[in-house]
Amino acid sequence: MSEQVSGRTDQRAAAKTGPRILVDPRGQRFNAFITTVVLAVVLLTIPGDTSLILLGVQAFVFGLGAFFGLRYQPYGWVYRTFIRPRLGPPKEFEDEAPPRFSQLVGLIFVFLAVVGLALPFEPLAYLAVAFALIAAFLNAVFGFCLGCQVYLMFRRGTSRD
Amino acid sequence: MTGAIVLGTALCAAVALGMVFRARDGRIRATESAAAEEPQRLAPVDLGGPLGERASLVHFSSAFCAPCRATRVLVDTIAEQSQGVRAIEVDAESNLDLVRRLDIRRTPTLLVLDGQGVIRRRATGLPKRSEVVAALADVV
Repeated sequence: MSEQVSGRTDQRAAAKTGPRILVDPRGQRFNAFITTVVLAVVLLTIPGDTSLILLGVQAFVFGLGAFFGLRYQPYGWVYRTFIRPRLGPPKEFEDEAPPRFSQLVGLIFVFLAVVGLALPFEPLAYLAVAFALIAAFLNAVFGFCLGCQVYLMFRRGTSRD
Repeated sequence: MTGAIVLGTALCAAVALGMVFRARDGRIRATESAAAEEPQRLAPVDLGGPLGERASLVHFSSAFCAPCRATRVLVDTIAEQSQGVRAIEVDAESNLDLVRRLDIRRTPTLLVLDGQGVIRRRATGLPKRSEVVAALADVV
């Protein structure tokens, strides 16, 4: 019976994401590291064109990762082409679905930041970028995926069984 | 200037949060309810299958959860090696009523149940093998 319960999990996961795609978790952390640097520069250049351009680039990167997959994302390409050949193959792989969901969460925060700059209401921009940066930093340095963890609370709050 | 202050604050907050998470993640705690007069318990009907004779390792997982895979492997291995212990995986998203009732906030969450289904231990995040084994020894 325990197999049945876990079988359902796998089916649901597969139904959502298609065939399981596995990614190198070190690539995800490299990605988060670049994101942290980009968002730090954004914070230092608000308000100004530089911050807006960088937010646009980061939104594009998040969007590619969230909607098409991490392989189609430029930071992932840099990792695969220049970094991974030096590191060798990973010891373990992880499911692509969690980091992909977290890219979507990142996109939402970058969108809020752009809205803050456009209004202009700078506190919103600062706050949104700061939250995204904290999440990216935690992923890069500690390997924690905040975006992934928000998911269950979101589902608990929004849907009835 | 504002940006530099925000950046500094955010980085400090991130380091502090990271250290708190690292300290708490996967730590197995005794549940308050275990000592209560009406302890919180799970029945086979909640879990869609029988409990383990001596103990059950119930873990909540979701599709968007990287450490859930590692938890599943760990829990399944321990259950296989221990007599009368059953590993039960619950998909959090399709059991939201149970998730709310037990106030499960993150996946993976591991519950260690004794033979009567009473929830005795709880851990959020990937637990350490030695701690799960120790928790089982306390519960059985």
